[in-house]
Amino acid sequence: MLYDIRLVIRYTFGQPTGAGRQHLRLLPAWLPTQQHIVEETLGVTPAPSERREFLDFFGNRVIEIALAPGQKEVKFEVKAKVHRLVRTDWFDLSPPLVRLPAEIESQKSLGPHAPHHGRTASPRVPMSDAITAYARTAIAGAETVRQAVEALGLALHADMTFDSEATEVDTPPEQAFAGRGGVCQDFAQIMIAGLRGVGIPAGYVSGFLRTIPPPGKPRLEGADAMHAWVRAWCGAEAGWMEYDPTNACLVGLDHIVVAYGRDYGDIAPVAGVLRLGGSQTSKQAVDITALDDDTAD
Amino acid sequence: MLKVTPDPATLRPEGYQPFPSAPDELLDAEGQVRPVWRRFLAHFLGLPPDEMARHCARGDQYLLDSGVFYRQYSAGQSVERPWPLSHIPVLIEEAEWQTIGEGLIQRANLLEAVMADLYGENRLVSEGHLPPELVAGNPEWLRPLVGVRPRSGHFLHLLAFEIGRGPDGDWWILADRAQAPSGVGFALENRVATTRVYSDIFAGQHVHRLAGFFRTFRDALQNLRHDGESRVAILTPGPLNETYYEHAYIASYLGFTLIQGEDLIVVDGEPMVRTVSGLRPLSVLWRRLDSAYADPLELNPDTRIGTPGLVSALRLGGLTMVNALGSGVLETRALMAFLPKIAPVLLGEKLKMPNIATWWCGGEAERDDVLDAPERMIISPALATGLPFEGAEGGELASNLSPEQLAERLNAAWVAQEAVTLSTTPVLVNGKLTPRPMTLRAFLARTPDGWQVMPGGFARVGAAPEPSAVAMQRGGSAADVWIVSDREVEAVTMVPPTTGPYRRVTPAVLPSRAADNLFWLGRYVERTEGIVRLLRAHNVRLAESGAAAAPLLEALDPLFETFDIDPSVGLPQGFLSTLTSAIGCAGQVRDRLSPDAWSALIDLDKTARRMASRVTVGDDAARALSALLRKLTGFSGLVHENMYRFNAWRFLEIGRRHERAMGMTAILATLADPEAPAGSLDLAVEAGDSVLSHRRRFTFSTTRDTVIDLLGLDQMNPRSIRYQLDGMSEQIARLPGAIANGELSDLSRAMLRCHTDLATRRPEDLDTKALWALRGDIAGLSSLLTEAYMR
Repeated sequence: MLYDIRLVIRYTFGQPTGAGRQHLRLLPAWLPTQQHIVEETLGVTPAPSERREFLDFFGNRVIEIALAPGQKEVKFEVKAKVHRLVRTDWFDLSPPLVRLPAEIESQKSLGPHAPHHGRTASPRVPMSDAITAYARTAIAGAETVRQAVEALGLALHADMTFDSEATEVDTPPEQAFAGRGGVCQDFAQIMIAGLRGVGIPAGYVSGFLRTIPPPGKPRLEGADAMHAWVRAWCGAEAGWMEYDPTNACLVGLDHIVVAYGRDYGDIAPVAGVLRLGGSQTSKQAVDITALDDDTAD
Repeated sequence: MLKVTPDPATLRPEGYQPFPSAPDELLDAEGQVRPVWRRFLAHFLGLPPDEMARHCARGDQYLLDSGVFYRQYSAGQSVERPWPLSHIPVLIEEAEWQTIGEGLIQRANLLEAVMADLYGENRLVSEGHLPPELVAGNPEWLRPLVGVRPRSGHFLHLLAFEIGRGPDGDWWILADRAQAPSGVGFALENRVATTRVYSDIFAGQHVHRLAGFFRTFRDALQNLRHDGESRVAILTPGPLNETYYEHAYIASYLGFTLIQGEDLIVVDGEPMVRTVSGLRPLSVLWRRLDSAYADPLELNPDTRIGTPGLVSALRLGGLTMVNALGSGVLETRALMAFLPKIAPVLLGEKLKMPNIATWWCGGEAERDDVLDAPERMIISPALATGLPFEGAEGGELASNLSPEQLAERLNAAWVAQEAVTLSTTPVLVNGKLTPRPMTLRAFLARTPDGWQVMPGGFARVGAAPEPSAVAMQRGGSAADVWIVSDREVEAVTMVPPTTGPYRRVTPAVLPSRAADNLFWLGRYVERTEGIVRLLRAHNVRLAESGAAAAPLLEALDPLFETFDIDPSVGLPQGFLSTLTSAIGCAGQVRDRLSPDAWSALIDLDKTARRMASRVTVGDDAARALSALLRKLTGFSGLVHENMYRFNAWRFLEIGRRHERAMGMTAILATLADPEAPAGSLDLAVEAGDSVLSHRRRFTFSTTRDTVIDLLGLDQMNPRSIRYQLDGMSEQIARLPGAIANGELSDLSRAMLRCHTDLATRRPEDLDTKALWALRGDIAGLSSLLTEAYMR
């Protein structure tokens, strides 16, 4: 599937900004067997005084910029063409839940995709007794790790309401869970807390979702802004599997990956403070158009 | 005076009774005084008790005078406490220290190798020497630093080790301090204080000096700079940190600039200090704050004491950090369970000095060991980084836990450590030598020739008698550590041997934040003085004339309102708040003030607060205010007579002159106004501390013109507005950038205009309206100064 991606994030400030430094994780990821970048640009207005690119610990592309002080408006604009490939490993290769600890232990690595990074609390996803208890109930009856992941995702989707007013970007997962409402970030972080609570390594994925669904399919929730979902480690053979709890589906052709992390904090799309004081408003516009719909599954 | 010198061979401190279960530093197993202590003990026992007390008082007085303190947090409050010096040093033989040093150097090399592996190829995990969860789940393992190679080639440059002597007499490592080891400054202060106590005998005791270690470390840091232009600075979290005193002390001792995160900005991968002379490059940062707080952009986003882009600078090789960010992971308690096995892997040799026996409860065999001997095991969090057995994560004895509690702790999140017994060392309790348990902190610095061990350190001595490590957490005291040689030791100073002709060094940079604090210190101290003088004049009138003075005193009200002062109280809150602000500013620049000046300010504050609770208006307040005024001028005198006349002093001076000019214009505009009640002019002269001058200059009576002339226009009167503007002009002209390419800066221009305006006036031109306008112009200078130097 070939996508045309256009993202505009615009910040407007009540008072001119101080000197600022930002890390942008906005460009689609290079994923050899899953996602190819055909073309891409990331424009920053006004022109930054410094700009460089590096790969972070998880292999995400980071654009570091420095902006001179005194800005009233800052705009980031991504234009990209991305080829999203079909995944073929739809068979459940994951082990039974009881065998997962031994498989985790067999992974003697601290590389970016080792399961160990997703096992314990991370800064924005502390362990939560309430979410862990919920997850235990939700996965009762699941035989394999993958079944458990899907069972928890379905349960959350059924019990939680998508509500953009319910939470803020800093709302802790336990609080969003208590209110049973939130946006994709909350869905993802609650599911991560639940998976870790039951011993399944889990991480956070940011990305895009196609805006217009394939003919005859419903429009997906979260397509009007950057999206977020979950990845879960399903054993040595199956590896990481991605799941979108906001839409209760496995991640497939409709999702385009930007970055992987332990939680939102690792891969915030725009990190770094610009504001000195006064008000700040931001607007995000995303348009993800499928250019060829023939490979739809 | 006759001194009895006992025979060293038969020395026996009376009543000194070590514990049978633990070795003692002073006495050997047979109860004989160890040879290293004999000379010291002979002197000590030869002193009459009251003389010893006098000697001890000398050391305490030194610490008090230098303002040595540490900050203690308890019950949500943080208070400064005096440094608890134990007056008996711990004596260790040179040869034994040599052996200890070899063990520590090996361990320092091991930690460097572990650090390089954890932030590099991760062999320890991939080859199974270290469980991955201890690293991946460790908040001190900082992912943004993985793969970042230190510019200097080394991650670690200064390490501390907490060591103790076990029951068999051998030394053990109790904790590795690699994050931002504290204590080198306190070791130095302990030494200075202790030599005061033993000033008459210290020279003959053959004790190794500490200065050489500091000189070598200072030179090593200088050598890490990228070029001659860039600088070394010490990065402190600020005055609220528990060891801030030490940061300020060590900065002034070594001559490095003390900075806070907000003083730094990263430009194109190069860290720069914001100074009054613009951005100045910096290439070596000795950090005294924990890694996570260093950079809000890539580390803890909530930090307010960090510098965005610092990690980026490290990634680009623009900075050497002492120690590298992320080194806190080496303090992980559970790591101690693995280091003995890791040493042969990374170094090819076994540990020379063991660390305290540690079992990671994530392993089955280890869990069995814990269950076998719960009475000897302290269970605590595996990822804790504090000193063992101390603080919130100090842990609990396994045998004190219920079976359920113990079962909950037998997993990867917990670690068991042997509840070790420590050696005892003598301390003075009620004038008698008494054994108390102790641990010792040793310091290692990296030099171009490898690690150098400080010949000394400081010992922490437990307050409780039992010789268990657990007893340490109940507080206690700190003792100097003497490494004693059989021969005379070389005297070392901080001054390097001279080579080549004398070269005067350029004064250090002045960070903008420091300039800001100095300026405001000057202003607040002067404001305090102005308030005191006004209050005193008010209270004297009240005492002399009572209710009859009312109309005159009302004339002062607008002035009191300006400073938010309620004159119906003896020592009003507004006065105490101004003093608090002055101390807040002084605390931020403590490395630039003499200990005497700092003590004078603290003393003033204490006296004022003590007085505030009981002083009543009228005569009582007038006398109290006079006493405070004398203390205040003591501080001003210490500062202005002793400070080196460079930029730091200039900002303080400008602040002082500025505030005095502001105060005097307000006084004249209020009290020399034609509408002011009778007696106002005399009040103005009194508040301006110019009664004598006025009498001498003008034999005739007080008129508006004489007062305006003396307090406004007179160049010779150090209280006049003109005198303040003269001083400000002179200092502002010498600030960096006062004139650029022959053109005056905005500040210089405004200063000149304001100065000329006043200088060309005559008393009759300077009416109330002109005074208020002048005050507005002077206030504008403060904004321009801030704009030019403190942004």
